[in-house]
Amino acid sequence: MDEGLRSELSKQGIFTVKMQELLQWGYNTSRKNSIWPLQFGLACCAIEMIATSMARYDLARFGAEIFRPSPRQADLMIVAGTVTKKMAPQVVRLFNQMPEPKYVIAMGACAISGGPFKQGYNVLKGIDRFIPVDVHIPGCPPRPEALLHAFMTLQRKIDSDLLTGPNRARHLDSEICGEYPLPTFGEHDLEPAFNPEVWHPPVIVRE
Amino acid sequence: MPEYSPYLFLAVFFAVALGFGLLPLGLARLWAHKFSPAKPGPQKNAIYECGLEAKGETPIQFKSEYYLYAIMFLVFDVEILFLLPFAVAFLQLPLGASIAMLVFVLLIVEGLIWAWMKGILDWT
Repeated sequence: MDEGLRSELSKQGIFTVKMQELLQWGYNTSRKNSIWPLQFGLACCAIEMIATSMARYDLARFGAEIFRPSPRQADLMIVAGTVTKKMAPQVVRLFNQMPEPKYVIAMGACAISGGPFKQGYNVLKGIDRFIPVDVHIPGCPPRPEALLHAFMTLQRKIDSDLLTGPNRARHLDSEICGEYPLPTFGEHDLEPAFNPEVWHPPVIVRE
Repeated sequence: MPEYSPYLFLAVFFAVALGFGLLPLGLARLWAHKFSPAKPGPQKNAIYECGLEAKGETPIQFKSEYYLYAIMFLVFDVEILFLLPFAVAFLQLPLGASIAMLVFVLLIVEGLIWAWMKGILDWT
């Protein structure tokens, strides 16, 4: 159907849609309105995460109030807090054990960069070194409104997921593996220190 | 009005019930085949234990002797269940009912004697 006929029909009150678009709309709409987060707090950001799910901020408005204590039933991991190097393999394993589709919100300064512990020896400088993070929220800790904003951002991202084609959503691509390699405890640092598939060290340009 | 078999609606009901269950499963399978590939993996299929690697065996050993306590519980439980209404209605009961109850109690007591001889009742 060409665009001219389509717009002509829509002027008459007849809306046409491709089957694929309809399926994609239904799929994305139903998924984005029922995100079940993993009940998983690492540090003080978890308190803000709890506050977000409680009556005052009411995460249930986004269909995401059901925090699951098992990765088997969760499709969103909120990395809420400081990820120490000792904890990092467990975080990655939990992420690997979640079924597809799965999303990650890195909540707070520690989860996105190491935060105030960035210069320390035992804190991971951002969980995005090992798993693909969809939304980063800055803040120490971020307010519940910031987490709600992250939810809305994630919903917009899910809404724009494509069903087919080369740019289709990560979980629909059979080429992309759902499991990410686990770091192991090395002599001085985690080995490998980052996953080159999801993160590259920034290139410092000095003039 | 045509004649229907009185059981025809059962067949229709069964077919609809089967379809109601199988149709979503079939659609989900079709969706997985067309769009969403399964992505199993060694870690995803592993036993879930809070992010840690599972240690030890999943099937735990349970002392099989505990079945004796279950039997003893059953003996006394069934006994009290039937003896209490029997005792309440004792004066109105005919002789036959009392004898039947005696046989029943004897059957139960047989289990108790068996357990006694086996030495389960010694709480040491």
